[in-house]
Amino acid sequence: MPDSLVIALIPLLPLTGFVLLGLFGKKIFRNNSGIVGTLLLLVATVLAIYIAYGYFFGYGKTNGVYQKLIPVHYSWLRFSENLSIDMGIILDPISVMMIFVVTFVSLMVHIYSLAYMKGEERYSTYFSFLSLFTFSMLGLVLSSNIFQIYIFWELVGVSSFLLIGYYYDRPSAVAAAKKAFIVTRFADLGFLIGILILSFYSNTLDFGLLIQRLTSPDSSQWRTATEASFLGISALTWGAALVFIGGAGKSAMFPLHIWLPDAMEGPTPVSALIHAATMVVAGVYLVARLFPVFAIGSPQAMHLVAYVGTVSAFLAAMIACTQTDIKRVLAFSTMSQIGYMMLSLGVSGFGTFDGSGYTASMFHLFTHAMFKALLFLCAGVIIHYVHSNEMNQMGGLRRKLPVTHISFLIACLAISGIPPLSGFFSKEEILFAAWRHNAVIYWMALITSGITAFYMFRLYFSIFWNKENSHQKEGGAQHAVEGGALMVLPLILLAIGSVCSGFIPFGNLVSFDGTPVESKPHISFSILPVGLGLLGILIAGWFYKKQNDRSDKIASSFSRIYQAVYHKFYIDELYLFITKKILFNLVGRPAAWFDKNIVDGLVNLTGNTTTMISEKIKGIQSGKLQQYAMYFLIGAAGLALFFIYYRR
Amino acid sequence: MEPGLYQVLFISTTLFFIGVYGFFTRRNLVTILMSVELILNSVNLNFIAFNKYLWPHRLDGVFFTVFIIAIAAAEAAVAIAIIINLYRSHQSIDVEKTEELKY
Repeated sequence: MPDSLVIALIPLLPLTGFVLLGLFGKKIFRNNSGIVGTLLLLVATVLAIYIAYGYFFGYGKTNGVYQKLIPVHYSWLRFSENLSIDMGIILDPISVMMIFVVTFVSLMVHIYSLAYMKGEERYSTYFSFLSLFTFSMLGLVLSSNIFQIYIFWELVGVSSFLLIGYYYDRPSAVAAAKKAFIVTRFADLGFLIGILILSFYSNTLDFGLLIQRLTSPDSSQWRTATEASFLGISALTWGAALVFIGGAGKSAMFPLHIWLPDAMEGPTPVSALIHAATMVVAGVYLVARLFPVFAIGSPQAMHLVAYVGTVSAFLAAMIACTQTDIKRVLAFSTMSQIGYMMLSLGVSGFGTFDGSGYTASMFHLFTHAMFKALLFLCAGVIIHYVHSNEMNQMGGLRRKLPVTHISFLIACLAISGIPPLSGFFSKEEILFAAWRHNAVIYWMALITSGITAFYMFRLYFSIFWNKENSHQKEGGAQHAVEGGALMVLPLILLAIGSVCSGFIPFGNLVSFDGTPVESKPHISFSILPVGLGLLGILIAGWFYKKQNDRSDKIASSFSRIYQAVYHKFYIDELYLFITKKILFNLVGRPAAWFDKNIVDGLVNLTGNTTTMISEKIKGIQSGKLQQYAMYFLIGAAGLALFFIYYRR
Repeated sequence: MEPGLYQVLFISTTLFFIGVYGFFTRRNLVTILMSVELILNSVNLNFIAFNKYLWPHRLDGVFFTVFIIAIAAAEAAVAIAIIINLYRSHQSIDVEKTEELKY
């Protein structure tokens, strides 16, 4: 058993960073705030690596099976014997993996931000928010009970809101932050109801007990949970599905994805940390945490997970092909990859259960964190250099930004699933798991991977090849090339991660019940995905490597479809229509009328009545001596009469 | 006819209500003060009447009467002081001009 202090320090160090920089950053630390935050996080990362090494290669295994350990447990609110909200830290393969991912990517983003956010007026506020986010995310992945994960879930949402709206003088950033928070909060309503259902039927909030009681067919809780039903669907399915809805909101799954493209209004390192590598995978993590409940308890909810994941992956890939803002393309790419992770978890509900999708999903989470953060950080360098987010303002940058070019290329090859980079291994495992369980999902995922290669290399060729934009020639030469060592170091480290992490024997380390799962690439199976990927790259190169108008011709010949995809299938407009025309008019306005006229009217009525009565009564105090004497006499006479005639 | 208790009480009650009427109706503060003295003295009469006709061998009523006379004198002095102060601020001793405590 590891030292619980060491483990508790991992989330507490960023919390200290948040408090210190929040309280004293502006006055005391000022320009050193970044260094303070980064140093604290460096210690946390080292501790995370130490714990990970110890867990995976030391005490984690008992009889060859990875155990779920609970080194820290604190009974917080005991309402009764059955209802007790505790705080605890759980160590199991996925939580240890996640603390490594979160601290490492956060550290890279911190180092990068030291240079990227230099000169910002609210420098210390930025780093305090980053530390808050890191603390919340670490708390989320280390939570041992479902209520604690909800607390940290909301904290992560708050940190995201603060960071997206960091440039608060821009109305678009404020609107984006509001949208992100409201959409995820709305999904969290489903999450809360799901928590209540699951914990009601299993009489506990602790993950271990909850899973154990709701997945063994001979426990009494299983019987009550599956027999109770509402609208023909068992309570257990409702609970699992509602929890998934919460996860879908946070992970930007269709149809709750509308906040993710707008969230790109935040600073680019924030997009790298939150909306690429860590926060958006919180939903995937949640489903993985409750995997037995989904897989054994309610395969129908698992089907929902799989279909939502597949649809999101495909839809996002289509939309990403038409977007011109570099960060929006990457945002939709994130949505698509998370769809892959979800569908990988979901396919375990079809056919015979073997949990292979679980390992594949977690593996993809790991590799995706590396290459997506790398993509966003490179995008930050490019945007910094070109002063614009639009792809048509860029071009021919491969000579000007060499390190960025190589890193971006590595990341694009990884995401397209080209061997021997990491993305190939993880994506191939996902496709293999899908092929074994559900054919339709497999073909959709396969086609999506081809489209993925296409749009990523569309982005790559448009930025680094193609024609140099005259716009940049004057502006570019003014900066130090590539932002200096602090911006380049994270790129190199993440690129190394993208290349090497594919070779980690993930199946030996992470699997849904702790026993090692075999995961080696199958050559004959991989030919089709890799071939599609290469085909996508070639098509993208044909369209975008040199200046031509082939892409515009295709766009105009399919103009209706192109317009629909470019406008993201008009889903945003649909939401606006529903909220403005339907909700505001049919629900909002009558409620406001009721509140203003009836509720306020009643209160005003009591006030006005009191005033009227007091106007009538106040004449008693007239200031006239003789009137007072008159009242005195009347009162005395009355008392005298009372005592003489009624008391005798 | 020798005056009985009822006759004396009648007189004292009449005096009392004349005093009350004067208190309620007059505008001059000094006149109001005079009415108050009238009220007090009517009460004195009441006490002495009860003392003489009901308990002729005791002196309780007389004692109380002497008290009331003394207190009436003190109170008259205080009332005159108040009237003097009021005249200094209002330049008048009309009671209808002292309406500052109105709502």
